[in-house]
Amino acid sequence: MIEDIELDTFINDVYEYYGFDFGNYSRASLKRRVNRIMQLDGFSSFYDFLSKVKYEADYYKRVVDEITVNVTEMFRDPSFYKVLRNEILPVLATKPFIRIWHAGCSSGEEVYSMAILLNEAGLLHKSILYATDINSKVLETAKKGIFPLRMMKDYSENYRDSGGQEDFSNYYIANYGNAKFSEDLIKKMVFSQHNLVSDTSFNEFDMIFCRNVLIYFDNDLQSRAINLFDQSLSILGFLALGTKETIKYSIGQGKYKQVQKEKLWRKIK
Amino acid sequence: MEKNKVAANCKVLIIGGSAGSLHVLMDILPNLPAIRSFALVIVLHRKHSDDVTLEELLKIKSKTPLKFIEDKMPFEPGFLYVVPSNYHLLFEKNGTLALDSSEKVNYSRPSIDVSFEAAAEIYSSNVIGILLSGSNADGTAGLQAIQKSGGTVVVQNPTSADMPFMPNNAIQNMIPDYILTTEEILKFILLING
Repeated sequence: MIEDIELDTFINDVYEYYGFDFGNYSRASLKRRVNRIMQLDGFSSFYDFLSKVKYEADYYKRVVDEITVNVTEMFRDPSFYKVLRNEILPVLATKPFIRIWHAGCSSGEEVYSMAILLNEAGLLHKSILYATDINSKVLETAKKGIFPLRMMKDYSENYRDSGGQEDFSNYYIANYGNAKFSEDLIKKMVFSQHNLVSDTSFNEFDMIFCRNVLIYFDNDLQSRAINLFDQSLSILGFLALGTKETIKYSIGQGKYKQVQKEKLWRKIK
Repeated sequence: MEKNKVAANCKVLIIGGSAGSLHVLMDILPNLPAIRSFALVIVLHRKHSDDVTLEELLKIKSKTPLKFIEDKMPFEPGFLYVVPSNYHLLFEKNGTLALDSSEKVNYSRPSIDVSFEAAAEIYSSNVIGILLSGSNADGTAGLQAIQKSGGTVVVQNPTSADMPFMPNNAIQNMIPDYILTTEEILKFILLING
C-alpha cells in the first residue's frame, strides 16, 4: 500500500500537470485504485509510477480511466427497475417530451436498460437520453451498443426480475461473442464527456440517474454533485441513486420526497 | 491468553466468512450481550442479489443494534454492521464508512481481504480480525495486513469448520494469534467485551 503522503503527492501532481482534481474523491477508494493500477502495471516504486504519470500523457489517461470505476450492468437492482416501470414511467408518460440524464453512465448498460423500458411503455419516440461520463473510452463502448454476449444470461434474468415480459434477445443481434443492441434504442441517445467535479449543468431534465458514482466521492463532492443535479432537474422530476447512496447529507429535508423504499427521490419544490 | 491488552484496545471487531460460516454466527451472535465499546463488522460472501435478507436475519439474532450500511455513514462503536451484497466496504480516516462497487476480489464482492486491509489501514492495532469457514482463499491477505499493522488475528479451528479451506489457507500462510473453535470464539468475544 502507498503512504498517505504519496497519495497526496499523486493528487497534487495530477492537478498541477493535467488540471484534474482527485482531491475530493473518497480517499479510501482512491488509494485502493492507485494501488491496483500500480500492481496491474508492475510498479514497485511509487515514484517511478508517478513520473510516468507526469511525463507520459497517454499513460496518465490510462491511469484516470483505470481509477474511475467502470463496473455496471443492465437492469442492475431489478426491484429498482420494477418501481421505475410501474410507478415512474406512467408519470413521465404525461409529458410531451422526456429528457433523461445518465450521469456517470460508464459503458452505458443502464442507459440501454432505460431505453428498453421507455420503448416498452411506448415512450421512446418522445424521449432523449443524455449519457455522460468522465471517461472517453467507456463512452466509445456505450455509443456502439456492443456488449459481451456472455453477460446476456444475467441481464435477461435481471430484465425478467424487473418485470420485463418480452424475449430479451429481441433487443440485440448476437454475433461472434458480442451482443449488438438495436439502432432504434441507440438513436435516442446522446453521449458526451462530462466531469461532475468541475463541469456545470447543461440542460433541464425530467429524470437524472447517477447510480454508484457518488460512492467514490467525499461528502463535499457528493454535495456538489447533488446540487448540480438539483439545478438540472425540473420541478417534480426524479433523481435515482445507487442502492446504498443517499441525498440526506447533501440537501435540505423537505425539498425531495423519496419514492417507496427505493433510492429514488422526487423534487417537490 | 493475555486478552486484557487486546480487549482494552479493540475498536473494530471484524469477522469474515464464506460457505459454512452463517451458522457459526448464528451460534455466536445470540449469546453476546449488546456490545458498547467497539464496532462489530461482518463480511460474508453471499449470492449476488439486491435484497437485505442476511441483514434482517442477523438483526434479529443480535442484541447489538444493527445499522444498515449506507455510503459515508458515521462508523460508531456499539453497532453491528453487515457489509451489503455487491459492495466492498472501506473505512475512511474521518470515521465514516465508504462503499465501493469496483471489480470483484477473490471472485467476491464483498471481499473479506478488501475490508480487512481497509480496517488495518485506518484502525491498525485496534482491529481484531476473525476468519471463519469457507472454500475460498479470501481473507488470508487481509489477516496478514491486520497482523502487520499490530492488530490481533483469530482463525476458526479448521476441524470445527464446515469448509476448512479458508481457515487452513490462512494457517498455511501466517501464524494467527489464536486458532479457536466456535465455542472458543464466543468466549473470546465475551472476554474482549469485558
